[in-house]
Amino acid sequence: MANIIEMPKLSDTMTVGTLVKWLKKEGDAVKTGDMLAEVETDKATMELESFFDGTLLAVFVPAGSQVPIGAALCAIGKSGEKVSAPAPAAKPPAAVPAAAPAPLPQAPASAPAPAPAPAALPEAKAEPAPAGRMRISPLARKLAAEKGIDPARIRGSGPGGRIVRSDVLGAAASPAQARAQGGGGGVPSPFAAGPVPGSKGAIQDDKLVPVSNIRATIARRLVESKSQIPHFYVEIEIDAEPMLALREQLNTALEKEGVKLSVNDFVLKASAEALRRVPAVNCSWENTAIRHHSAAHVSFAVAMEDGLITPVIRDAHLKSIFAISLEAKALGKRARERKLAPAEFTGGTFCVSNLGMMGIDRFSAIINPPNAAILAVGTTVRKPVARGDQVVVGQRMALSLSSDHRVVDGAIGASFLGALKELLEKPALLLL
Amino acid sequence: MTTLQYREAIREALAEELTRDPNVVVMGEEVAQFHGAYKVTEGLLDRFGPKRIVDTPISEAGFIGLGIGASMLGIRPVIELMFWSFYSVAFDQILNNAANMRYMSGGQIHCPIVIRGPANGGTSVGATHSLTPENVLASHPGVKVVVPATPYDAKGLLKSAIRDNDPVMFLENTILYGDKGEIPEDDYLIPLGKADTKRAGTDLTIVTYGRPALLSLSAAGVLEQEHGVSAEVVDLRSIRPLDIDAVLASVRKTHRVLIVEEQRPFCGVGAQLAYMIQREAFDELDAPISRLSTVDAPAIYSPPVEAEQLPNPQRILRAALEVVA
Repeated sequence: MANIIEMPKLSDTMTVGTLVKWLKKEGDAVKTGDMLAEVETDKATMELESFFDGTLLAVFVPAGSQVPIGAALCAIGKSGEKVSAPAPAAKPPAAVPAAAPAPLPQAPASAPAPAPAPAALPEAKAEPAPAGRMRISPLARKLAAEKGIDPARIRGSGPGGRIVRSDVLGAAASPAQARAQGGGGGVPSPFAAGPVPGSKGAIQDDKLVPVSNIRATIARRLVESKSQIPHFYVEIEIDAEPMLALREQLNTALEKEGVKLSVNDFVLKASAEALRRVPAVNCSWENTAIRHHSAAHVSFAVAMEDGLITPVIRDAHLKSIFAISLEAKALGKRARERKLAPAEFTGGTFCVSNLGMMGIDRFSAIINPPNAAILAVGTTVRKPVARGDQVVVGQRMALSLSSDHRVVDGAIGASFLGALKELLEKPALLLL
Repeated sequence: MTTLQYREAIREALAEELTRDPNVVVMGEEVAQFHGAYKVTEGLLDRFGPKRIVDTPISEAGFIGLGIGASMLGIRPVIELMFWSFYSVAFDQILNNAANMRYMSGGQIHCPIVIRGPANGGTSVGATHSLTPENVLASHPGVKVVVPATPYDAKGLLKSAIRDNDPVMFLENTILYGDKGEIPEDDYLIPLGKADTKRAGTDLTIVTYGRPALLSLSAAGVLEQEHGVSAEVVDLRSIRPLDIDAVLASVRKTHRVLIVEEQRPFCGVGAQLAYMIQREAFDELDAPISRLSTVDAPAIYSPPVEAEQLPNPQRILRAALEVVA
């Protein structure tokens, strides 16, 4: 009897996974522990491990498919064994508990389970059109065929983006089409003419790109955050000179030990220390109570090709800047490769977003719920500053704190930035 | 042209056929001495006498059965039901016997009977007096089903029904009895199974019949004036035979369809129409076929709530705007 491998639930908010790539093909021998496929969830790309020995008898879904949790992926059994594809209706997508209110998996493991978030939006609201299925009325399909127009190039104006007759007629009558058919007439104006010589063509193809799992999660969580959390912002500019000097000293002196501290490592370490000084920021709003976190689990935003993710440095308040630096480097690399395990990007209590490396002076960030605040870090800038009565060239860095006003009041936010400023301007404190 | 009420048009049809053919008789509760519960048969007793205009006891199974038996022997009875809601008392007579007689006799016996009366809601007469059974009737091969909306249609269709050799179910409407319309002076017939496009349009086809045809015309006026939507209103007039060709011709013109019926939706006439339209004209459709029916519940007694349960111009307008969205 062959074993049917089903799409597992790889993250707590996952409802469907994308089968990115098969690592084994039909007929391959498979051992327990072998990696069968890569699966993209709403959070990361993970490998699907075999728990059986035998032969991969059949693959039921092609690479690239979106597969609901519990749907059959493949069968493993004895070589030569017959296996039939399970009825597709056995686990229709509709049976997926799509309305699971995205749990916010942020409470530290040691803390009691958080109260359910009552206001969480049901995921079913997000209704991405099933990938690959075009919405087009029968009449519009027929008309497009008659007129030789590729329906994929037509934008639908009907309900749910359905392409209807008027869209096809509109596409047929568009200037591009008319030109192609020799329409128009009259004296052509040089300004109205087609592409100028040397034109590099279209910016990109007109196309509809289905929203990936990770994009959908980002969209949902950020809308939730920006629409439900009363954000307010406080900003401070710090003297980055001492921190840059210390960084250079340490990186030069400890080069052989492999130490290569980044500005962000200093910010992460300083944030953990500032949270110790102003613990009111290390909290979460839970509607009827404010959860206080004993540990500073500091996450940081990492850009990926199709979105971003926030790996977490656990217990950053107990770690040295050197440990934080090594861990951040490893997590960042794995994040960009989409190899993070769910435990590595959930459970943060505070978040740092740094666009300094991209030359941004200052910006404001959206809170990553259920954190109470997020720190937006700008680049270090050489600019004139007043020192005593002298104008000299200084190294400055802007920090902006976005706070959840339900938890953090202005004075607390200000104290936190004040603490951060002191720590970064006296960076020796970060080596204690 | 003369102007007649819907009830007068039916009376004229009856009188003309009673005059033309001595085998035509009228039977029913209160049709003779009381002139009909809704005064449709007023004056017929005086003109045609008690042998032709016959009052019956309150026993539908009995007098419909009597009429069916008589029809097999060449009489052309026109039976009045005070409400079509009471037809089910004679269900076996109508839909098991009359409907099947021609087939079962190998074509030797016909039942040229007409059963007529009001079948409608909207007058707060309650769930047991508001049935609209045209879907149930029409699902029986062997009977014909007619639902006229105007005095002109009522007269022309009733005369055809009386001359037809099969059982014809003729469903009127108490709300329409007082409606006036123009009737030609000359004798005329409207064939059974022929739809009438009561309003031409280009953007939307409203397929309907009976009183909702008039409500749809009113909604179509608003659609045109306030929303710039040109709706075509196709009045089926006969449910069976069904003029599907007229419906499809309109669909091929407008590409969008709203079916409006004073019928509860489940297994209603609109369900059959929607199936046939998509089957025959799938590639002509620019939007899903939509349906506006009576809200699926027993007829509601409260007048303001019943008005919303039934199709009305506002509900039709909303449904139409969704189809053209």
